[in-house]
Amino acid sequence: MKEKIRIGCGAGFSGDRFEPALILTEQGDLDYLVLECLAERTIALAQKRKLQDPNSGYDIFLERRIESLLPLLVHHKTRLITNMGAANPIAGAEKIKSIAKKLGLKIRVAVVLGDDVIHQLTGEELSIEGNKFLHTYGTRVSANAYMGIEAILPALSSGADIILTGRVADPSLFLAPMVYEFGWSTEDWDLLGKGTVLGHLMECAGQLTGGYFADPVTKPVPDLHLLGHPLVEVSRDGSGLIQKISGTGGLISVQTAKEQLLYEVTHPRNYLTPDVVADFSTVRFEEKGENQLQVNGGTGKCKPESLKVSVGYQSGWMGEGEISYAGSHAVERAKWAGEIIQQRIGDQFEEFKIDLIGLNSMHGGDLAANTTPYEVRLRVAGKSPTKEIAQRIGEEVEALYTNGPAGGGGARKYLHEVLGVVSILMNRNQIQPALKLIDA
Amino acid sequence: MKKKLAHLAHSRAGDKGNTLILSLFPFDEADYPLLVEKVTAERVKQHLSHQLKGEVFRYLIPELHALMFTCENALSGGVTTSIALDAHGKSLSYALLELTV
Repeated sequence: MKEKIRIGCGAGFSGDRFEPALILTEQGDLDYLVLECLAERTIALAQKRKLQDPNSGYDIFLERRIESLLPLLVHHKTRLITNMGAANPIAGAEKIKSIAKKLGLKIRVAVVLGDDVIHQLTGEELSIEGNKFLHTYGTRVSANAYMGIEAILPALSSGADIILTGRVADPSLFLAPMVYEFGWSTEDWDLLGKGTVLGHLMECAGQLTGGYFADPVTKPVPDLHLLGHPLVEVSRDGSGLIQKISGTGGLISVQTAKEQLLYEVTHPRNYLTPDVVADFSTVRFEEKGENQLQVNGGTGKCKPESLKVSVGYQSGWMGEGEISYAGSHAVERAKWAGEIIQQRIGDQFEEFKIDLIGLNSMHGGDLAANTTPYEVRLRVAGKSPTKEIAQRIGEEVEALYTNGPAGGGGARKYLHEVLGVVSILMNRNQIQPALKLIDA
Repeated sequence: MKKKLAHLAHSRAGDKGNTLILSLFPFDEADYPLLVEKVTAERVKQHLSHQLKGEVFRYLIPELHALMFTCENALSGGVTTSIALDAHGKSLSYALLELTV
């Protein structure tokens, strides 16, 4: 049994950059590479693609990522754990199989199943967010339970080179190989808490190495354009040494780690995952050298009886239109243009919003009071149950060119279908993880 | 003399559904007691009243010299259905840093 393992995180969301994973695999001496590519809504979007084409529904970048990564993974004997299976892990595995064949590589893919629970729902479940019955929301398109390490561990035991999942909790992607390699008990809450701390720090990739952190005035980060993603050398006792590949850009420090530790954490002493209720308040960081950070501490207690299930539903259409004004009276002209749209179509929308980008679109008006930007961009957004009404916003804003205030330029219009996501809780006994092996 | 938090501290915004999470850390650990005294949940709620429509809970983590604010009903329904430009609320860390202490 190993004393230490090295896990890299090559992607922190579906649209993340491609090359950090390649650099990590090539130079990181990794035992495991994790690609975390599944945000709350991503799986609902993937489910919609799957309904149109049963061979799709996995991550849209799976093919591109795997084609470039697979030869490196095989050469360096690095196992890949990724949730790029999204709404259709089996189709994703078949795609990986065809890529391996094309490249002349022999691999085993383990597909983790069981997160899709849409057929178990009745509509009588209550949403956590609104405490409302699911049937009061729009038509359901997806329901996926956040599974934990118990779903991933059999895949690791199968000897697979690639472990492809749908929805599992992000930290579990990292915790599973620790439990597997170190033989930790799945009821050792202290170790599971420590491993979850490391997994949580790692899961957003570049957000630990200076991305989403950098500020040229107060928090400069070197070579941000070459940002490297992190790897962690985990010890059997649950501590970890976080680092990145030399020559890549970015920064690993106590500051970057603190920001990421509390990111998206609603309660620092009770961070819920399917595996453990983790306590982040006792974590200690120590800079060991340049871009080397020792992580100690953190703990856990019990695991939740219920698992979170994300439910995707149709929520109508959103239309947007934008147009810019500059120079004298730019704000006045943009405001007037917004009023014109409001007067013409505002009453057709259940939700309608007028922003002046450059003045009040991000934080509202109060914080920008007494400032006068040289240029400002009008943005009008609205939501409607029908596509036809939603797209009128862009059309009306574009028409301001010849029908609105002077000097409006650069009009753009957008239209997209809105998929909402709410959560429910489901007893974990109702969720049955399963495994399917696909050899290429 | 009053200073903007941006001169004293750094912050990161995160979202979970319709809940906004803002962390706050002093650049200099010696400023931690000042932040604990001045940056109360009530002040944050008032400062960001345009955005925060629900309860604000503050957590202190002295071991890390960290403050954390969990703000409910803060993101116009949440990223998946909000029509706001910054539907995640990712820029709101810098709205917090506009607060003067």
